[in-house]
Amino acid sequence: MLVEILLAGFGGQGVMSTGQLLAYAGMHEGLHVAWIPSYGPEMRGGTANCGVTLSDTEISSPLVTEPQVLIAMNQPSFEKYAGAVVPGGVILYNSALVKETGEYPEVLVVGVDANRMAEEIGNVRVAANVILGAYIGLSGVISVASAVEALKDVLPPHRRKLIPANREALERGAALGAGGGRAVG
Amino acid sequence: MPKTFQRPQALTDKPFHYCPGCTHGIIHRLVAEAVDQLAVRKKTVGVCPVGCAVFAYDYFNCDMIQAAHGRAPAVATGVKRVLPDRVVFTYQGDGDLAAIGTAEIVHAAARGEKITTIFVNNAIYGMTGGQMAPTTLLGQKTTTTPHGRDRETAGSPLRVAEMLSTIDGAVYVSRVSVHSPRHVRLAGRAIKKAFEVQLSGQGFSVVEVLSTCPTNWGLSPREALKWLGENMVPVFPLGEFRTPSAEEAIEC
Amino acid sequence: MSHLPRVLMKGNEAFGEGAVRAGCRHTFAYPITPQSELAHFLARRLPEIGGVFVQAESEVSAINMVFGAAAAGARVLTSSSSPGISLMQEGISYIAGARLPCVIVNVMRGGPGLGNIAPAQGDYFQAVKGGGHGDYCQIVLAPASVPEIIEMMILAFDLADRYRNPVMVVGDGVLGQMMEPVEIEPGETRTAPAKPWATDGQGDRPAPNIISSLNIVPEDNERFNLDLAVMYAEIRRGEQRCEEYRLDDAELVLVAFGTVARVAKAVVDRARRDGIRAGVIRPITLWPFPEDSVKRAAARADRFLVVEMSLGQMVEDVRLSVEGEKPVHFFGRPGGLVPTVREVCNEVKRITGVMPGAEDVPAATGVDR
Repeated sequence: MLVEILLAGFGGQGVMSTGQLLAYAGMHEGLHVAWIPSYGPEMRGGTANCGVTLSDTEISSPLVTEPQVLIAMNQPSFEKYAGAVVPGGVILYNSALVKETGEYPEVLVVGVDANRMAEEIGNVRVAANVILGAYIGLSGVISVASAVEALKDVLPPHRRKLIPANREALERGAALGAGGGRAVG
Repeated sequence: MPKTFQRPQALTDKPFHYCPGCTHGIIHRLVAEAVDQLAVRKKTVGVCPVGCAVFAYDYFNCDMIQAAHGRAPAVATGVKRVLPDRVVFTYQGDGDLAAIGTAEIVHAAARGEKITTIFVNNAIYGMTGGQMAPTTLLGQKTTTTPHGRDRETAGSPLRVAEMLSTIDGAVYVSRVSVHSPRHVRLAGRAIKKAFEVQLSGQGFSVVEVLSTCPTNWGLSPREALKWLGENMVPVFPLGEFRTPSAEEAIEC
Repeated sequence: MSHLPRVLMKGNEAFGEGAVRAGCRHTFAYPITPQSELAHFLARRLPEIGGVFVQAESEVSAINMVFGAAAAGARVLTSSSSPGISLMQEGISYIAGARLPCVIVNVMRGGPGLGNIAPAQGDYFQAVKGGGHGDYCQIVLAPASVPEIIEMMILAFDLADRYRNPVMVVGDGVLGQMMEPVEIEPGETRTAPAKPWATDGQGDRPAPNIISSLNIVPEDNERFNLDLAVMYAEIRRGEQRCEEYRLDDAELVLVAFGTVARVAKAVVDRARRDGIRAGVIRPITLWPFPEDSVKRAAARADRFLVVEMSLGQMVEDVRLSVEGEKPVHFFGRPGGLVPTVREVCNEVKRITGVMPGAEDVPAATGVDR
């Protein structure tokens, strides 16, 4: 098993820490993992993206250039990376901010109204974890429990009070994803 | 009969290589006497420059490091941060400290590094052949200002002691001279005071010592001493520019 | 899987963590992207364990602070990225000339000039061919993963002390920024060996110590250089390190270091699925270059493909090692781009003739080396 996941969005949407969450969860499940960010001017307020590789064997290249999975939190990310997703892959996008464009015949494309669900939970900043939850539910690549467990690794001590909201985001996203399609990865 | 003067322990027996009449030898002795008087020779680490004093490690009878041109304050910083209880000094000329090493001296002072710098200012580059120094006087002839230093093209002399005295981390800043026996005595007191400031842990200390270069000035040793007193002292006034608040001022 | 607890750690932090585990307690550095997290990590960590982090006013000053701290006997680190490493070259030459041990990290970025902050390997020549003035060599280590960064940092300090010589550990922006799991060691660190030569105050020693790179008499300096040559030969014999990946039956040998070596491994896996018997030599020591491994491979393989994030620098050392026995091809992405698995695969197919007509397709860089 080798899955390469690209997570992209605006800076501030939590894309980087959501990617780390996935990597930590994979690590706790005994997988080989790597997390790699885009960096530079992009770090300062523009789009941000990170790649996560999960594998049951040693990871050769940690660079995610041909992702099987794209999590697109905003329109520029969708437009920039949707075409890079390999046949058989999946795109999950934040339907509150992304209008689906283009044709991806061999790719499963799933819109998730992550912002609305995050607002229902009471914190729009957990939207990225709603989509991550949807991906986990859809793919079964790791368990939701591992992702919830990994919140402690990603959130610094002074932000641990955000764990319940993030947990809810992961769980509600996963429930959505589990009904949403076939397994990937 | 009691001995009233002897070679300091902090100097080796090796004869100086300096030109006849050069006052580096006197300044070396004053530094060594201060080290002896404070009984710190065995815990002192000196850092010598690139310039005429590049071989100072042959003369100071303590652990010595030879640094890259201008970098002695950075090297001394490295030593002191590893060994805070040692006494660390740099011995630098005007090219080393006031030209290529300006950043290093300014920031060692700004950090308040607990080191002592002996800055030997003779208004010229000695070792490389009498070129203009940052401290060369206006009108002074050097091999790179053959018609005299011209403000329009070569700028004006840098007053290092005054400049460093604006920095809070520089706790003791003074300028002395060695052109007469009286001034030599006063210079020795200032150098000792600078080391005492280091030992007290208050911050950076520096003594600028006006010195001669008979060879490159084209003067006899005696004329050189006179020239220093008449020409350099008016441009580089002697005195203490910054002292620890609790300390009494001394004459320079 | 190990029983020790693991955390995800950034490469840049791993440089710092490795230094701490190696017993380094003194770091002098000037900020530069993309290695700043290293300084952030040590500025926080070192004071907690009785160490010192000093932010220097420049890289010139930082390397000279390293000179002083090394002379005083400490295990000492500085880190920077390409332009800053250029500024340090004079100091590194002095450190080599004064026979001082220290470790320098270069998280390489795109050049020349200010270039950019993207990953690159264009400082290979600078690192392995001297960089500063005079006849000196520095040991250069090139880790390719976050856990290996820690391992290489510990090795770097050990080698520096063993040979009293500067050791550079090179990474690139990708390696510095990426996160991988590392095991949390129970705080055990190395200690530096005794350094009776250090200028740490004469104390009870019978005579003062002097640290200097000055040998004014040419005959003395020649003797010093010849002594260095003996040591460098010993290092060349004893310290070559590399990883050989699927090399046993390889007809095509990819040679790559650092991040690119990981791309090369993925290329080899894919090429083998296509029936191309490929393998990888990953130099871990860039100096001494693992020429023995390359020579052995040259006796068996048909051809080599060197992949670098540069216009082609290490390829020269591969060619020197292969000694004309086999063709040595090159594929590079200079200026801050990482070769992708797909484009290197295409290059593999092109040079092995597997892709019909591919021989006519120019290499992506258009670089002929």
